[in-house]
Amino acid sequence: MRLELIPRPNVSPVMRAIAPVIAFAVAFLIAGFVIWLMGRSPVSAFQVYVLHPLADTWALQELLVKATPLALIAIGLSYCFRANLWNIGAEGQFVMGAILGSWLALATHGTDAGPWVIPAMLVLGVLGGMLYGLIPAFLKTRFGVNEILTSLMLVYIAQLTLDYLARGPWRDPKGFNFPQSVTFDPAATLPAIIEGSRVHYGALFALIAVIVTAFVMNRSLFGYRLRLTGDAPRAARFAGFDPNRTTLAVFAISGGLAGLAGIAEVSGQIGQIQPSISPGYGFTAITVAFLGRLNPFGILAAALVIALTVIGGESAQIMLKLPLDLTLAFQGILLLCVLSADALVSYRVRLVGRGAHA
Amino acid sequence: MNSTTPALVELRKISKRYGELLANDGIDLAIAPGEIHALLGENGAGKSTLVKILYGVIEPTEGQILWQGRPVTISSPVEARELGIGMVFQHFSLFDELTVAENIAVALPATWTLSAVRARLGDISRAYGLSLEPDRAVWTLSAGERQRIEIVRCLLQNPNLLILDEPTSVLTPQESEHLFITLEKLAADGCAILYISHKLEEVRRLCRNATILRAGRVTATLDPRERSAREIAALMVGNEIGEVKSSGVHEGQAEILSVQNLSVPPAGLHGQALIDINLNARAGEVIGIAGVAGNGQSELFAALSGETTVESASAVIINGKPCGSFEIDQRRKLGAAFVPEERLGHAAAPTHRLSENILVSHHAVGAVSKSGFVVLGAARKLARTIIKGFDVRSPGEDAQARKLSGGNLQKFVIGREIIRKPKLLIVNQPTWGVDAGAARLIRQALVDLARAGSAIVVISQDLDELFEIADRLAVIHHGRLSPVKPTPEWTKEAIGLEMLGVGHDREAGHAA
Amino acid sequence: MTTFEAILLTIVTASTPFLIAALGELVAERSGVLNLGLEGMMAMGAACSFAAAVTFDSSLIGAGAGALAGALMAALFALVVLGFAANQVGSGLALTILGLGLSGLIGAPFVGAKRDPIGHITIPGLSELPVVGRLFFAQDLFVYGSLVLTLAVAFFLHRTRAGLMLRSIGENHTSAHALGLPVLRVRLLAVLFGGACAGLAGAYLSLVYTRFWSPGMIAGRGWIALALVVFAAWRPGWALVGAYIFGAASVLQLHAQAAQFGLPSQVLSAVPYAATILVLLLLSLRHGRAIGAPGSLGSPFVPER
Repeated sequence: MRLELIPRPNVSPVMRAIAPVIAFAVAFLIAGFVIWLMGRSPVSAFQVYVLHPLADTWALQELLVKATPLALIAIGLSYCFRANLWNIGAEGQFVMGAILGSWLALATHGTDAGPWVIPAMLVLGVLGGMLYGLIPAFLKTRFGVNEILTSLMLVYIAQLTLDYLARGPWRDPKGFNFPQSVTFDPAATLPAIIEGSRVHYGALFALIAVIVTAFVMNRSLFGYRLRLTGDAPRAARFAGFDPNRTTLAVFAISGGLAGLAGIAEVSGQIGQIQPSISPGYGFTAITVAFLGRLNPFGILAAALVIALTVIGGESAQIMLKLPLDLTLAFQGILLLCVLSADALVSYRVRLVGRGAHA
Repeated sequence: MNSTTPALVELRKISKRYGELLANDGIDLAIAPGEIHALLGENGAGKSTLVKILYGVIEPTEGQILWQGRPVTISSPVEARELGIGMVFQHFSLFDELTVAENIAVALPATWTLSAVRARLGDISRAYGLSLEPDRAVWTLSAGERQRIEIVRCLLQNPNLLILDEPTSVLTPQESEHLFITLEKLAADGCAILYISHKLEEVRRLCRNATILRAGRVTATLDPRERSAREIAALMVGNEIGEVKSSGVHEGQAEILSVQNLSVPPAGLHGQALIDINLNARAGEVIGIAGVAGNGQSELFAALSGETTVESASAVIINGKPCGSFEIDQRRKLGAAFVPEERLGHAAAPTHRLSENILVSHHAVGAVSKSGFVVLGAARKLARTIIKGFDVRSPGEDAQARKLSGGNLQKFVIGREIIRKPKLLIVNQPTWGVDAGAARLIRQALVDLARAGSAIVVISQDLDELFEIADRLAVIHHGRLSPVKPTPEWTKEAIGLEMLGVGHDREAGHAA
Repeated sequence: MTTFEAILLTIVTASTPFLIAALGELVAERSGVLNLGLEGMMAMGAACSFAAAVTFDSSLIGAGAGALAGALMAALFALVVLGFAANQVGSGLALTILGLGLSGLIGAPFVGAKRDPIGHITIPGLSELPVVGRLFFAQDLFVYGSLVLTLAVAFFLHRTRAGLMLRSIGENHTSAHALGLPVLRVRLLAVLFGGACAGLAGAYLSLVYTRFWSPGMIAGRGWIALALVVFAAWRPGWALVGAYIFGAASVLQLHAQAAQFGLPSQVLSAVPYAATILVLLLLSLRHGRAIGAPGSLGSPFVPER
């Protein structure tokens, strides 16, 4: 027995659009089965994972807070993935953005500095992520080093740097030996969009990034350049698009957006430097980008959906004693399903038995 | 054919359907032992599809194969080889990084060890004049040597039937003659040969029986020596043969392209270097560059187009402007246009629509982009103009490039450049793998552009094409270009010698 | 036993999982499949082997369970990238995410359990020799196994017909298909072998190296093993050299931390990751673009019928 793939002569746009939805449903069924195997009720898990987070305004706000970094990073990654470049180090760029931005927050701590602090922090955050993202891009364009491995190795280095800062030089001396910095001043805190809510300006940045990206991808020569580079690299060269400049540009953009997400998370959500500031947003965003089919609005929707399962995972841990790793496993399954669905949009699968005309 | 001879293999009503396209439509074919049977037809007539079915690579939609009188199902090349069918592919099925012996052993039954292959290689080489070094890596070999590997692979299994798909397309005239002698020896030993070609001359040289295909159907089975070339050509391409008119002599016209001492180091492990290329093209003139594939044609194209740049600006001068160091879109701005060899993936993005594919070569020079933005309306309009002007038949209004047939996409790609009215057009293999009608249209379009005052450089493996349209000709071999001489001063034999690198105009000793 | 000897011994222990995982991935990549899910398969191997070893109180069963878990993960990967021709890079990442999550679920009940060291095989006489005796002639089964595996993989790739087929398929799957070589079947087997090796490497980490299970214990070793394959230019002998260099680096940074040179521990912990980047860089400087990479690596194959 083996599978045989037959190219579909015509790929319907409808199918292309609903493929991620089907993938999502299949992933849910598999996850439900795993939960059932663990001796729990899939139905109550579904309630906790999906319905609870939508139940009250507090949870809805939490949803936006979690979706913000996912959307920002995934939008950035979509630039890379469109051009068929594999930045899988967004987690590190997120952390580096947070570090560089927080440096200003800590340097100005207690000095009564003006309202310029938070914009400057955001700029530094973008810069930190951008420069860190440019390292693998530079190694690739200048020396031909595979970007997948270098960008990933840099994640570990960024995390260790953050760990060192939080436990060492940036530790709050009055913090009872807890490995964390002082709490940022109000001037170094990213404000909420609506007074009293938990949704900070990062959500607005994400929305702007989505709209700008939609415009860039569909209307600009740069967006065309990325698509051509990704779909037909030789044709892109023939068009006169230097692949090295493309590589540097997309890594700068995705690094910058991850850095922005990082500093927004620290200054708008956490409020201080800790040894770990991300539950793996940089990796989860890869799933988000693919689930959103690299389409900006798709990514926005996917970020919300994935954020839902992240929050669901947290409440499931508390209410059902289901481990957080279940969410991670679910994301892995989901990504596999999405990628398979992508392929199955272009191919029809036929199961061929042994002995048939092969 | 003598009807009393029992057929070795017989194809009955073979059909192969790809979606809408009927690549093979009820084909009948029979071959006797020891017979050299030609399968003639234009590119796209369905020859390759048919032999892939016979070799078990693809499965027929309908029809039956009889092997020595009994029906068989050939579901993989392994089964084909077990029956005694060997195949030499047009685009070789070789592995560049492996050695000659490894390349042969991997296609043989498991009983063959590497040392056995090495031992038998010597015998076969002597018997058929196919000399090969067993431990050379394939990427170091010439096309002729590579083909020998494919043939030896088959011969080691003592085949009853040997299929060759366009075997001379990568060979010089001299290498081709060598191949014919080998094939005749084989046939004399009782091996049947199915010889696929679109070149009439060599079929008449080699075969007594020919099956002619057109658009997936058999139009005739005949003895090619008994019919006139015109008659056979009509069966192959229908009635649309026309002649292309060349454009004349152009002394004293403005020099549009001048290449002076252009040298480019090889790109990567397997690349071909360009060595001291000198070439010029005047307004109104078509320059032809002949040569066996893999002798630096792609590299020359890249160096002229600016996909590869050189430090010396004056190595390439377009329209009086030294631009050796310019990128491709800067050269386009000087009035140059380019058509690469590969249509899908190089000239056009397969999954992009035709209107988007306009942008590939127009984004820096046309009205389809404006201050960093794409003007889709203008691109669509231009695509429609090209489709109309160059008779591009495409499924749907604005189809994806990959949905077009080879000939139609090539017409689109050529049209995309000609519509810019370039002062200089560089084309690599303009009619490679396209049907006769499209090829004629393309050649005529090139000649018309030259008449209108543009300079054109055509790099081609098709000698007939070059003799037809080029005013002056040169041959590229191992990255060196022969002197450029007016076409009437060349004979086919002289060109053949240059293609082998033994032309008398060259200094001795560089042919290695 | 001197400190020096002890360090040498731990280097062997630290290098062995790198070697086993890299060999498996090397075979898969030589067939043309890039499986970035090494980290996830190793995580599953570590968790499943530990769970099985504790449950059945047998390290042998544990090792078997680890290899099986890795192979099952690889089978899932194969279904997606070979069966559905999905993107290999994305699917590999997904496999890593899945493996990290699933291994957490499987390992959680076993946090806190501890395994006894597994037996070493001493060769009487030789193992009494100073320094080299303990190092070469009194190791555990995995260490000997990994060395034998290196030889076996090298022999298989370059001296057997099946190895020749596998290399051909990785080099050019279109040609291989035209000759009738079973491209997808060979790739499936290569991927499964790679998964079993990764699972075994994970098993070694939890059963021998740490002798307990903890979440995140693979700590990027899968990614380093991937880099090792590039370092080795897809040749088993160089994978052995590379594995021991990286093993040594990871052990020495631990000792450097203990010695307290005044450097923060995080700097030393970063050494293996920084070293990986550096090694990849140096390789590229010497050879230009990745040398020895199989021609069809990472590209999906759909046979034309």
